[in-house]
Amino acid sequence: MSSSDTAIAMRGLGKAYEIRRSEEQHITLAEQALDRLRHPLRTRTSETFWALRDMDADIARGQVTALVGRNGAGKSTLLKVLSRITAPTTGRVEIDGRVGSLLEVGTGFHPELTGRENIFLNGSILGMTRAEVRRQFDLIVEFAGVASFLDTPVKRYSSGMYVRLAFAVASHLDTEILIVDEVLAVGDQDFQRQCLGKLGSIAKDGRTVVLVSHNMGVVKQIAHQALLLREGRVISAGSVEDAIAGYMHQTATGDDFQTFTDNDRWDLQLAREVEIISGRMGGHPSGFFDASDDVSFDVNLRANETVGALRISLTLSASSGEPVGSTFSQSFVPPANGDTAMVSVRIPDLALAPGRYHLAVATGVGDARTGHRDFDVITNVLPFEVAPGVGADGAFEHWQSHWGRIRIKPLVVQQGVIDHAHLAL
Amino acid sequence: MRIITPPRRWAPLRLREVWEFRDLFKRFVARDLTLRYRQTALGVIWVVLQPLLGAGVLSFVFGRIAHLPSDGVPYFVFAYVGMLAWNTLSSTVTKISTSLTGNQQLISKIFFPRLVLPLSTLGSTLIDFAVALAMLGVILVVQGVTPGRTILTLPIWLFLLVLLGSGIGLAAAALMVRYRDIGYVLPVLLQVGLYASPVAYSVTAVPTAVRWAVTLNPITGLLEGFRSACLGLPLPNGALLAWSAVCSIAAFFGGALVFANRERRFADVI
Repeated sequence: MSSSDTAIAMRGLGKAYEIRRSEEQHITLAEQALDRLRHPLRTRTSETFWALRDMDADIARGQVTALVGRNGAGKSTLLKVLSRITAPTTGRVEIDGRVGSLLEVGTGFHPELTGRENIFLNGSILGMTRAEVRRQFDLIVEFAGVASFLDTPVKRYSSGMYVRLAFAVASHLDTEILIVDEVLAVGDQDFQRQCLGKLGSIAKDGRTVVLVSHNMGVVKQIAHQALLLREGRVISAGSVEDAIAGYMHQTATGDDFQTFTDNDRWDLQLAREVEIISGRMGGHPSGFFDASDDVSFDVNLRANETVGALRISLTLSASSGEPVGSTFSQSFVPPANGDTAMVSVRIPDLALAPGRYHLAVATGVGDARTGHRDFDVITNVLPFEVAPGVGADGAFEHWQSHWGRIRIKPLVVQQGVIDHAHLAL
Repeated sequence: MRIITPPRRWAPLRLREVWEFRDLFKRFVARDLTLRYRQTALGVIWVVLQPLLGAGVLSFVFGRIAHLPSDGVPYFVFAYVGMLAWNTLSSTVTKISTSLTGNQQLISKIFFPRLVLPLSTLGSTLIDFAVALAMLGVILVVQGVTPGRTILTLPIWLFLLVLLGSGIGLAAAALMVRYRDIGYVLPVLLQVGLYASPVAYSVTAVPTAVRWAVTLNPITGLLEGFRSACLGLPLPNGALLAWSAVCSIAAFFGGALVFANRERRFADVI
């Protein structure tokens, strides 16, 4: 171990999976024996896929470390190796402290058992002793808010209750190191906030948290350090900002346009004089926006007829489906009949509350006076997320999902506003 | 500090870790029992009914139709005791062998010593045994059969049966993670074993020419020993018992080794 500030040290860590060619993939012993008889001389050819390779990294004690990277970068494999679910192929890991892990919400829950029974079962599965569960029992129930359903089988729980209970048990694990996979993607926003708060307070107790998230807002908010992974290697280790910037850069490369189909069309009866073919979020194709960013996107249009003028409009909706507002562009010159064109659109000074949103995009003609006619309407596409803003010197915003969709920026205190003379009056 | 390294060729049977997870072991046992008795309407009755029906059929076929000898006890009692021992063995094998593939989610998402899962199935097997044994007590009183001092050897036979069953079950469980057809073959083998072993007939009913084959079967000694314990019959000869004991212990360690060697790869292939 390199120093006493290191909770987990990885040295030359690698994990390989054997991938057999499909005709050699035997799921039964009989098939394998038959194959051996048919081809006695053939040596098995298998490809080796390195999910993790030659990783050297330290995870600091008492901090929240985020693992960041695209799908397939090796984040989940690494978590599995660290929590001893799977064994490494090369290298070694030194872990100082008891490890608890939450890779999936609700694993080990049994639908027929009651909430109470599941708390004890799940606690033991996660490595708690019965005495530990009993000590934490009231806290778990309170955190999950299921007190009146303790003796109901969990199969009768709503999915929200189920997730809350599962996270509650796992987050009350009393281990020095807590490993959390992207489990916060479930549950409503208030609950997510509750979970993040819990993870933050775990770190404040001097315990170590390692977490995977695709949500850069979450990473920025609670992580102290970050590892950026790519194809099983550590690309950058340390600063959260570097990792996020690197991740954004990774996801921005390549053609990330989403092609729309008739399933995305709001009304198939529309004439589609100018058709919307595909679209992507602009600037941050990963769909993650900082509170201060303008929201922008690009769409590819194709003119199926010659039209005189064109407007683009969009309707913003919250992830719950509740609309936030509609807005229309100025009229502009459409592509010639048969041509396609990419149009970039930006919504300036958008003061959206933190949360997840998606768009409906439309092409059309007309204005507020004459009335507007749609050519083509695509709905429920281009999801994006707005992160809570962080002000100067740690000022921050607090948000509850039912408060509405208008964002209020962090407060700014101006020096000298408190006047004791006035207070005395 | 814990150090994680790649698996070695021969992995030890980390029993101390299993002991650290004894609370989980108890929880799994409790879960199995709660679920079984909560979901099935018949519950306990089913546990008793199974050997009763089995013994009824066997005593009808072997006793009434084939008129085989039954060492001087009523054929039904004779067959019931055989079924009791056999069911314990076969349910040990069956439950252990399916314990991993039946809990894929747990294995691929959570760490715990994998041995806890198969071993925890022994809880419900032993409780079933206790219920069926109590039923045997009732049958013995009704039929007027009194077990003698040999009843004291009962725990030995039970222990060896469970040991043998666990060995077979552990190897099968570990292999089934990769090869699912083990799950189809095993019930067939158990069915063959039921008739190839002296469950419903006595060794004395086997023609002397082929008796060597029956005595080579390690289950024979355990069944004979079990029966003599329950029915007050003389114990079978020492060589037969020693052979059975050696085979059972060897089977257990063999199965456990197969299991330990594959344990760390379960999550990758399940």
